Amino acid sequence: MRVSFLYYEDCPSYELALERLREVMDEEGVLGEVEVIKVDTEEQAREFRFVGSPTIRVESQDIDPPGDPRYALTCRAYRLADDRISPLPSKDMIRRAFRSPAKSRPG
Amino acid sequence: MANLSTGDKAIPFELPGVDDGRHALEDYADKEVVAVIFTCNHCPYARAWEDRLVEIQADFAASGVQLVAISANDAKKYPDDSFPRMRERSEEKGFNFPYLYDESQEVARAYGAERTPEIFLFDKGRTLRYHGTVDDSYEDPAAVNVHYLREALEAVIAGKEPSPAETTPVGCTIKWR
Repeated sequence: MRVSFLYYEDCPSYELALERLREVMDEEGVLGEVEVIKVDTEEQAREFRFVGSPTIRVESQDIDPPGDPRYALTCRAYRLADDRISPLPSKDMIRRAFRSPAKSRPG
Repeated sequence: MANLSTGDKAIPFELPGVDDGRHALEDYADKEVVAVIFTCNHCPYARAWEDRLVEIQADFAASGVQLVAISANDAKKYPDDSFPRMRERSEEKGFNFPYLYDESQEVARAYGAERTPEIFLFDKGRTLRYHGTVDDSYEDPAAVNVHYLREALEAVIAGKEPSPAETTPVGCTIKWR
């Protein structure tokens, strides 16, 4: 399974997000390496269709597809199941993407 | 790194607010404590802590505490941080404190603010008593172990030194022009 993790270093939670992603992969028995991509410039943000840090893609699908994608060097806001905003995706959000990569939804 | 250290005096400012008024630090001279908070609309860390700041203002208002939020982000690069969007956010979230726009970024630069949110807490004499973050869990209010800002407010109101007086601000970088 192809898994990509894109981050912008100025956003402080990326290490925790990567750790969370790897934990979920272990728990779900997902084999394979995570492709970690550091995004440093606005040009790279456009090139990688980067809407904010952290961004996780499973089989090229964003785990929380953005409604109005704007490519920028920024930190990403995730809306959790209880409607709170978080700089990190929840484990459930990541897990759902592995269980149904083609049907990944926000949540 | 912030330009102010604990023990330093507040730097005066006068900025437009989302209520269409002008707000100067000296307008709050009657307040026991003023917390100047650099924040913004778009940053998920700032957004994660918004409700908690509203609660803190409500809980400490009777003790003479005034929070003052300032956004200094470059709205050309980050349109969600524009002044009209700030007004919308303040209404949407029911901000019970002034939300000011530092368009020139002079105030943020003078304070040496780097992150959103980043708190500078001043006592009645407008001496810096606490600088840093809100608490130790941006992700989940129920998981907070240390309420840095609340504890600093309680200490200053009681005439004591906050401990810690300095924490590392956690959030997005301020978006300079």
